[in-house]
Amino acid sequence: MSVTTKPDRAQGVPNFGLALNQGIWAALAATALSIPILLFRAGANINNQLVVSTRPALVAGLVATIFAARVLFVLWQSSRRATTKRAVVAIAPQTASKLKGLLVLLLIAYPFIMYGVAGPLGSLKWINNYGIQILIYVMLGWGLNIVVGLAGLLDLGYVAFYAVGAYSYALLSTKFGLSFWICLPLAGMLAALWGMILGFPVLRLRGDYLAIVTLAFGEIIRMILINWTAFSNGYAGIDSIPHVSFFGLPFEDDDTHTTFASFFHLHYQPIQQTIFLYFLILALALLTYFVTMRIRRLPIGRAWEALREDEIACRSLGINTTITKLTAFSLGAMFAGFAGSFFAVRQGFVSPDSFTFIESATILAIVVLGGLGSQIGVAFAAALMIGGTEILRELGFLKYLFGPSFDPVQYRMLIFGAGMVLMMIFRPRGLVSTRAPSIFLNEARTISGANVKEGHG
Amino acid sequence: MDLFLQELINGLSLGAIYGLIAIGYTMVYGIIGMVNFAHGDVFMLSAFIALLFLLLMTQKLGMTFMPLVFVLATLASMLMTSVWNWAIERIAYRPLRGSFRLAPLISAIGMSIFLSNFVQVAQGPRNKPIANPFGKSITLTHGGQFDVTMSYSDIIIVVVTVLLLAGFWFMVRYTSLGRSQRACEQDMKMASLLGVDVNRTVSLTFIIGAALAAVAGSLYLMKYGVVNFADGFLPGTKAFTAAVLGGIGSLPGAVLGGLLIGLIETFWSAYFSTDYKDIAAFSILAITLVFMPSGLLGRPEVEKV
Repeated sequence: MSVTTKPDRAQGVPNFGLALNQGIWAALAATALSIPILLFRAGANINNQLVVSTRPALVAGLVATIFAARVLFVLWQSSRRATTKRAVVAIAPQTASKLKGLLVLLLIAYPFIMYGVAGPLGSLKWINNYGIQILIYVMLGWGLNIVVGLAGLLDLGYVAFYAVGAYSYALLSTKFGLSFWICLPLAGMLAALWGMILGFPVLRLRGDYLAIVTLAFGEIIRMILINWTAFSNGYAGIDSIPHVSFFGLPFEDDDTHTTFASFFHLHYQPIQQTIFLYFLILALALLTYFVTMRIRRLPIGRAWEALREDEIACRSLGINTTITKLTAFSLGAMFAGFAGSFFAVRQGFVSPDSFTFIESATILAIVVLGGLGSQIGVAFAAALMIGGTEILRELGFLKYLFGPSFDPVQYRMLIFGAGMVLMMIFRPRGLVSTRAPSIFLNEARTISGANVKEGHG
Repeated sequence: MDLFLQELINGLSLGAIYGLIAIGYTMVYGIIGMVNFAHGDVFMLSAFIALLFLLLMTQKLGMTFMPLVFVLATLASMLMTSVWNWAIERIAYRPLRGSFRLAPLISAIGMSIFLSNFVQVAQGPRNKPIANPFGKSITLTHGGQFDVTMSYSDIIIVVVTVLLLAGFWFMVRYTSLGRSQRACEQDMKMASLLGVDVNRTVSLTFIIGAALAAVAGSLYLMKYGVVNFADGFLPGTKAFTAAVLGGIGSLPGAVLGGLLIGLIETFWSAYFSTDYKDIAAFSILAITLVFMPSGLLGRPEVEKV
């Protein structure tokens, strides 16, 4: 349904004929698409046999909505002037660093602001579901960004390392009683080791072959966790994982020994632990950010970006591509391992269900939507995608609109998938489509993301 | 020997289904160089459409001759799935053609999530069981450890697949559509300069891929007698694995890869353990690619400087 405006038409005038035409086509297509799958529904009756029921009203409503949406979209599109181009928002490096400082301050203040606004019980959801959840994905996005955005290696099985980290903490703490602070570096190291083990066989692969093998590795690790019940307790997962402590001081309502609350002479509130977890993941995410930013300036970071731009040139200049690829894989995996052990300590429960391909796809989508290689873009993309789907849980008021049987949570992943498609159609280069180059002559000028290769190795 | 023969039959029919889906992956990859992640979910959608037509014909129209009902449902599903895949290409992939490589991939993953959740919302999350339309099976050998049987479903799957592949091969080789497809595969811009309608060719490629996936969907429904909204992911991934194993972009490679994956999976389940069959299939893929980085029949990618 591509829109072609005739060159002799006056620009900036809504084209009603075209809009109507396009709308009718969209409505026809929607009717054809919904005839089998929406109009009829195979539901089980009392005898557990499938019976077909019809839903003409639903189809009519949907077709009308699509017609209206298409007409309005074409009207809007044709009324825009052809000359109005979206201005490229290029932020000067000095303002950018100030902006980043402000953002970090805001993130530090966030739990206290929420606590002040919504109180100890009301703020729990906002700190946990929005703050912590989004920051986990920001961290994972930054970790994957090393592999995909900087080194240009397409990894579809990143969630495997997240799983390695989560299970490392879960198993080490429940079987050997190790504390979180010992397990955190161990989990990172184990994940990095796995990054190297899985990275080694795929060194020769490129592009989509690399993508499918990493996907396969992700699935293999998940299936081992499902099937090797003696090791990982299978589908049931591992529960009663010890909670996080404030460097040894537990978050408990207990007078018999020193707890976080008694040590600081506070009243015990469950929110204290949540706020601590928030700061923990914030610190881990910022660690990922700073390590990545520093490494970009080291020879190995330059080698990653060189590898992304041209592997052959890289080799001819004497860069060891094996080491370059393996460091990217293992460093990316290490951050996923940290995030994984954080996930385990936050949930207190891990199971293979948390590490499906959808997770890998979500993280990759965050990196791509952020604009490959752009750190700040990844953070915004994570906030948009994860926060956006979390907000769909809040749409309870729609029940009054569509009746009590309407459950917006059911449509969460549906909207998530459609959102991914729409965002790619409208912003294929990501939210932040400019780059601050790591090497420049005289002055740092941002360049368009279109001039940066996405890598193929 | 009995076990071997039985598993060979099972593996061939499973591999034929994978092969039919794999063609959809490999054809799209060959022409526009993108991994169509939503193809597995198109396959699942086609199984649902076939199921709905099957139920409609038996319940609303009162048809009782099951083989005919099944054939009609398959044809209807081929038609409707083609419309779906045409629309998917039009909406989610065409605007991104010529964009950088990861954009269509993310769009396809989004489409895959959308499709499986759409079917879940539209048809409910529970399994949809049906009775096998060709109930019986033939017993091949007696008196061994157990009787080796070959169900009519297995025979139909293999015969239909062979016929479709022959027709498909003829189309790619000798028709003008096949010629334009091969032209687009070699150089899309040059093909369009020489008067090949690239948009039409790509659309038709998606339609053909969907039709083959719809046949696979109906056969899957017939063989296993049950379909679920989440059934797109694993068969889709296996079929993609098959396409890569055979060398992505190569049509005979897709079929060969499909058969290999199907055989590996069934033999592994029979001789080792059912739990690790998927791991076996994926491991073989990884090992093959380590030694043959462009698959079994794929052309090595030569990078020009």
